[in-house]
Amino acid sequence: MRRGASWFNVTSITLGFAFLYLPIVLLVIYSFNASKLVTVWGGFSTKWYVSLLTNQGLLDAAWVTIRVALLSATLATVLGTLAAIALVRFGRFPGGTLFSGMVYAPLVMPEVITGLAMLLLFVAIGFARGFWTLTLAHITFSMCFVAVVVQSRLVTFDRSLEEAALDLGCPPFRTFFTITLPLILPAVVAGWMLAFTLSLDDLVISSFTTGPGATTLPMKIYSQVRLGVTPEINAICTILIAIVATGVIIASIVTKRREVERQRAERLAIQGV
Amino acid sequence: MAGKSLSTGKSLGPIRRAFAPWNDPAAKPFIQFQNVTKSFGDFTAVDDLSLNIYEREFFALLGPSGCGKTTLMRMIAGFEEPTSGHVMLDGQDLVGVPPYRRPTNMMFQSYALFPHMNVWDNIAFGLKQDGMPKADIATRVDEMLALVKLEKFAKRKPHQLSGGQKQRVALARSLAKKPKVLLLDEPLGALDKKLREETQFELIDLQVKLGMTFVIVTHDQEEAMTVADRIAVMDQGKIVQIATPAEIYEQPNSRYVADFIGDINLLEGHISSTEGGVTTLDCDGTGAKVQVNQDGGAKLGDRAWFAVRPEKVAISLSPPVDPSVNAVTGEVWDIAYLGDVSIYHVRLATGATVKATITNTTRLVERPITWDDKVWLTWSGDGGVVLTR
Repeated sequence: MRRGASWFNVTSITLGFAFLYLPIVLLVIYSFNASKLVTVWGGFSTKWYVSLLTNQGLLDAAWVTIRVALLSATLATVLGTLAAIALVRFGRFPGGTLFSGMVYAPLVMPEVITGLAMLLLFVAIGFARGFWTLTLAHITFSMCFVAVVVQSRLVTFDRSLEEAALDLGCPPFRTFFTITLPLILPAVVAGWMLAFTLSLDDLVISSFTTGPGATTLPMKIYSQVRLGVTPEINAICTILIAIVATGVIIASIVTKRREVERQRAERLAIQGV
Repeated sequence: MAGKSLSTGKSLGPIRRAFAPWNDPAAKPFIQFQNVTKSFGDFTAVDDLSLNIYEREFFALLGPSGCGKTTLMRMIAGFEEPTSGHVMLDGQDLVGVPPYRRPTNMMFQSYALFPHMNVWDNIAFGLKQDGMPKADIATRVDEMLALVKLEKFAKRKPHQLSGGQKQRVALARSLAKKPKVLLLDEPLGALDKKLREETQFELIDLQVKLGMTFVIVTHDQEEAMTVADRIAVMDQGKIVQIATPAEIYEQPNSRYVADFIGDINLLEGHISSTEGGVTTLDCDGTGAKVQVNQDGGAKLGDRAWFAVRPEKVAISLSPPVDPSVNAVTGEVWDIAYLGDVSIYHVRLATGATVKATITNTTRLVERPITWDDKVWLTWSGDGGVVLTR
């Protein structure tokens, strides 16, 4: 059998990637459209990017989104990491299975329900809806993602490293910060990135829990689209795609480089140099 | 790297030979277990155990996995607290003292080197915790690196080291704080056989040179015999016997110890006489009489076992002068030729097998005794022991 590109393979790859990326490619192309009509090509232009800078509504929404994402991702990472440690380290305790199940429930909970539940809570306790309710809601749903990522790292963590630190005179609290945290840091950072992206593009829960003056970018885009898609929307989406893609590329380059470095070091060790 | 020895070059014979504080009633125990019990739920890992370990002793805890030896060591380190009883170190009760305040250090089976720190920082870690001045830390770390001959590797990360080098770093790190007791948890388990044997002697040298108390946990009887001043053989949370390696091997107090350490032949029977410092055992089936120069340990009529090491059994084609005492006869069933020695498996009329190890002192390729030969096995009155448990 001939290896490589048979017409069948080429076709399936083309179709597959077209299916995944055609909408996005169209969106990016039309962000450089000179025409105001989204579906009619009127020549190349960057004017929508310029007009974006003067659209105070979109800029405000972007600023809210970034603040909420930074704050909620950070707090969710702290809480999620603590939850993961508790789940892995406390061993078996009565209700342990129920407890770990409950941490994961929000992963599969329909967003509409989470959003509605949060809304009802905020109304019940009379918490004025706005930036803070939005942040709290984002922490709630992204925390469990962090917990899952960190927990999977902790399960394979060699406890004797912590015991060695204790044995050498390092108290438990300091052991956590000098030994445990540095070693699980990649998982914690991955958890943070996940929480950050989840917060960045959340629409449903945000719609339920936000209030006046705290409109996020996805909400703004969604409401504008209902009035008709403008090329400005295409432009802001293109920027978002660029940001996310840059992050992903940097992360994979760093991982790759570290892997190469590690393999080189192991070869050295085996040779006994 | 493997070939470098830590040996000082001086003979340790006089120091090692004279050392026996356990025989001195005035000697104060350094580590004391007083009626220590440790349970994990329904499982009793250590069962009402009392034990004394003396200063400067190299003490081995030996037993199969699950016998409680690791739990015992972890109670010295502070990672486990006894369910009841006391653990004393140098007159101080250790119960309730957290591991980071104990004057003990441990070398872990997995080495537990901090992967994000280089060799230098790994060794310095314990010293930094004490708030030692920077200059003193540097001096001490360099001293430790020199001790384990790893000066050139100070800047390496653990994953850039070979197994033997990691073992040395772990050793240096656990010695850096000059602990009162060094605990070694299967320290050589991950090394290959040759390196392990070399390292055993290095450990002995180091222990004598530093004058420290070492406690080692191992399931490898050869390792325990090589390094230790005394060995405690453990089974199911209890100590079966504590003695020097030679005593453990030559005078085991039970079939369990005899079987665990080295190879052993057991002949079952009952005691027919205990007079004049000689214990006589009548073997079941063959009716062979075993007379051992042994006073006490067995009473008239007891069920007992004669335990004799294969190398203390002589094999011959002709019957001995008095075939009624300390002799059995059978057929050669199997021969294991190991080069230096040959092990003959002799099947008795009862179906039992007795092993005899013969040193191959000549370069004969064809040995005079071969398969299916009818042979006599004999031993002297000092060759074995009679055990009642």
